[in-house]
Amino acid sequence: MAIAAENFAEPESNTALQKIVARGVSVFYGESQALQSIDLDIGANQVTSLIGPSGCGKSTFLRCMNRMNDVIDGCRVDGSITLDGEDIYDSKLDVVQLRARVGMVFQKPNPFPKSIYDNIAYGPRIHGFADSKADLDEVVEISLTRAGLWKEVKDRLDKPGTGLSGGQQQRLCIARAIAVNPEVILMDEPCSALDPIATARIEELIDELRQNFTIVIVTHSMQQAARVSQRTAFFHLGDLVECGDTQQLFTNPREERTQGYITGRFG
Amino acid sequence: MTEMTASAAPFRRPDLSEAHLRRRYSAERRFKAYGIFAIAAATAMLLVLLSSIVAKGYTAFSQTYIALDIALDADRIDPSGDQDPQVLRKVKYQPLAKAALRDRFPEVSGRRDKRALSKLISGSADVTLRKFVMANPDTIGTTQTIWVKASDEIDSLRKGHVDRGAQESDRLVSDQALEWFDHLETDGAVDLRFNTTFFTAGDSREPEQAGIWGATVGSFLMLIVTLALSFPVGVLSAVYLEEFAPKNRWTDFIEVNINNLAAVPSIVFGLLGLAVFLNFFGLPRSAPLAGGMVLALMTLPTIIIAARAALKAVPPSIREAALGVGASKLQTVTHHVLPLAMPGVLTGTILGSARALGETAPLLMIGMVAFIVDIPGGFTDPATALPVQIYLWADSPERAFVEKTSAAIIVLLGFLIMMNAIAVLLRKRFERRW
Repeated sequence: MAIAAENFAEPESNTALQKIVARGVSVFYGESQALQSIDLDIGANQVTSLIGPSGCGKSTFLRCMNRMNDVIDGCRVDGSITLDGEDIYDSKLDVVQLRARVGMVFQKPNPFPKSIYDNIAYGPRIHGFADSKADLDEVVEISLTRAGLWKEVKDRLDKPGTGLSGGQQQRLCIARAIAVNPEVILMDEPCSALDPIATARIEELIDELRQNFTIVIVTHSMQQAARVSQRTAFFHLGDLVECGDTQQLFTNPREERTQGYITGRFG
Repeated sequence: MTEMTASAAPFRRPDLSEAHLRRRYSAERRFKAYGIFAIAAATAMLLVLLSSIVAKGYTAFSQTYIALDIALDADRIDPSGDQDPQVLRKVKYQPLAKAALRDRFPEVSGRRDKRALSKLISGSADVTLRKFVMANPDTIGTTQTIWVKASDEIDSLRKGHVDRGAQESDRLVSDQALEWFDHLETDGAVDLRFNTTFFTAGDSREPEQAGIWGATVGSFLMLIVTLALSFPVGVLSAVYLEEFAPKNRWTDFIEVNINNLAAVPSIVFGLLGLAVFLNFFGLPRSAPLAGGMVLALMTLPTIIIAARAALKAVPPSIREAALGVGASKLQTVTHHVLPLAMPGVLTGTILGSARALGETAPLLMIGMVAFIVDIPGGFTDPATALPVQIYLWADSPERAFVEKTSAAIIVLLGFLIMMNAIAVLLRKRFERRW
């Protein structure tokens, strides 16, 4: 914890505008503590990747940022996380509105068992910012285009989303997430169920999306973290061990544990 | 090898011998044989049950008719000659049929014999003749050949349920009646026709006039009440318990009790209905409303358990996906989870109501075992239900009710098979793979 606090004293973390600021975040599942007082800043319009061995708490931390942990019984979150200076664990904050601002893409592609069109249109519909059919059509086209899926599916928008290939399904899920125009997109190992070609497509996509969104990605692949992210945070056993510029963290880590993990000595 | 001997524990290899393999194969063969035997035994029992019911019951779908040359005497039917329906309706027609029968057998004399003779035909000849005359008033004054129903004894005789070789005292039909029947049959005046009465009439003391329509309507009305109450309440409880309720001691307690309720003997629900619905709230006795409410109580746990299982089977990734795009909990449930769980919920509901349809015991407690001739016209009219009708007929002393009982069982089984088939179809049709 002390280590983590030190890291943020470094000037490089202040170069970008901070979108999400986490201070002293601890998460408990019942009795066991999954995260120990994490301090981490997420820069706006940057890709931040969270790496670390299985069970280190990186997914848990990701899910804290749009309060998806609320659904889990016996899960308790301490500390504060702010989004643009607003405390997201404030009791006055509406969690549904938060999730409209902080979208999420999951490990396993999980399109709704509905048509491709309805998958994308669902978010805009429930948030009421596209009422007419023409508006919805536009949102669907823009979202699918941004997710690089439009050309592949434009002739079969009424076909079920579950009929697409794994990579297409994941891009559909990304399109669904960006259809509601969130500020932040959280991605929980979005490529772990995909083949290398589909993975490459998603990585390209992440890089393009950086223009408009702040992205936090959890990944098991250090190569992926190095390829797509500007900043990287290394978690180990519920601690944030090191956080910094991606290039610096991979080439010249400050901590011995980071060095050990990225060179494959453990993890 | 030297290393292996050096280690303390002996190095074990899997047993690959012939004997081991043979033992495994024969164990598998034995297991399959037990399974096949069990299925064969179950199928055989089912076949015996079904074939005995069908063999006993199929004759109830036909009815013996006797042709009579009936003189429609104008003086007795329509003295004024203006064919006023009000007058025609009130005429007693049975004596006309009896007179026709006496004309057919002029040698019969004496009060007792004449009475025995008139017992060849059903008391419903009255109704048949009235209908005929009302429909054809121009025939008044002529003699018409009209087919009237035979009495239940003659009906049984025609269907071969009466042993002609038995002693007269042990037989349903007297020697005399046998002779008359044979006469009629050789003249071609006896015919077996499709029994429409069975499907259109209510209960009756006379087997040839009894039908299951009254009981079917009663069962149907009751099922409507049951579904209208137990489906919404059951689904809402399941959704709340599964999706919204916190997991604590209270919800655990409720869950255990729901599971226990599903195992409560149905007669207990009948007693509850008697005490609460009839005695406390004063609902009408023998009414489909009260019956349906009791059955709703009985079906409720089944629906809740089935619906919860169906909701649980919806993968959590769908919930996460919906929550992830900012749907509220209620939107997640109503837009995604519940529609996906619906086939399972409906299957459970249909199976639950099929059980309710076949339930007798609780209905006995709330007075639905009454003898009711009229077809119920609403939820508060006195009514009976199909299984209760079966119970009532099974208790009747008349030989002819035996076949009616089996026929009613066939109809009830038909309904149950239909409902189960719908449940299977729904499941197949909406089955989704994730």
